[in-house]
Amino acid sequence: MEWILGPWPWYVSGPLIAVMMFALLYVGKSFGVSSNFKTLCTICGADKTCDFFRFDWKAQRWNLVVLLGGIIGGFVASRYLSHDQVPAINPKTIDTLKGYGLESAGASYQPMELFGKAAFSDIKIMFLLLIGGLLVGFGSRYAGGCTSGHAISGLSNLQLPSFTATIGFFIGGLIMVHFIFPLLF
Amino acid sequence: MKKTFVYLFIGVFFGIVMYKSEAASWFRIFEMFNFESFHMYGIIGSALVLGIIIVQIIKRNNLKDIYGEPIKIADKEKGLKRTLLGGIVFGLGWALVGACPGPMFILLGAGYLSILVVIFGALLGTWFYGLLKDKLPH
Repeated sequence: MEWILGPWPWYVSGPLIAVMMFALLYVGKSFGVSSNFKTLCTICGADKTCDFFRFDWKAQRWNLVVLLGGIIGGFVASRYLSHDQVPAINPKTIDTLKGYGLESAGASYQPMELFGKAAFSDIKIMFLLLIGGLLVGFGSRYAGGCTSGHAISGLSNLQLPSFTATIGFFIGGLIMVHFIFPLLF
Repeated sequence: MKKTFVYLFIGVFFGIVMYKSEAASWFRIFEMFNFESFHMYGIIGSALVLGIIIVQIIKRNNLKDIYGEPIKIADKEKGLKRTLLGGIVFGLGWALVGACPGPMFILLGAGYLSILVVIFGALLGTWFYGLLKDKLPH
């Protein structure tokens, strides 16, 4: 089963994600990760600050368990199902990234400049990570879902709001990569 | 207890697929927004092709879930402004940190501790939305 240790091709991964969506539907739930942030906020006491967080969070515990599974899955996959997996990205992409000072492009799974130990001593990197997270958290709640809820589940159900949300995801991503990155890096 | 194990198992499966497929890799997301590979489009596209087929089969055959209840897939709340504006804000963040919500936790499991800053930011962002939502166009 050597193939498991290498990167999984898109035509295996994509269908497996759809299978996962079906598995959740089959147990009476749905595939949508970002709502977990709302639940976590409520657990941290956000329900004392506004109505939005006043809901029956205990009914959402199942999704937190799925999230916990995700953490375990990341651990198992990186430690036991991989031998230092490095995404084989386009050499042009690697060149662009090295031009931005991201020397780890083509050499690691994640940019070590952003996600390695050195990141903690760089205030600019910490700030970018915080802002990025903020945008994802705010945007997913505003849009009513993230890539799992809209781009996968919603579009599989041919939902128009999910189509506009996904268009939005891409517009945002393109703006960030093409207009803002050159200013940041 | 048995149900908890099922949810956990599905989550572990999700984590493994997302890591091995590299959908959790910052580099793959950057590459995607540069249109320099088919990979991510292949993942999303093939997930959608199968997903659409699965949902159609569920609906047309009135398939029941494991409890014998008809599988009900809720419609999404409408709102052009919220989905588009919210989507753009999300996309800006997704590209910046190279991770959407699921991968944030998968990367945590993979040991990239600085993702905790991203997760903290996402919690803050979620909270801010709750506080500000009545002032935003929907």
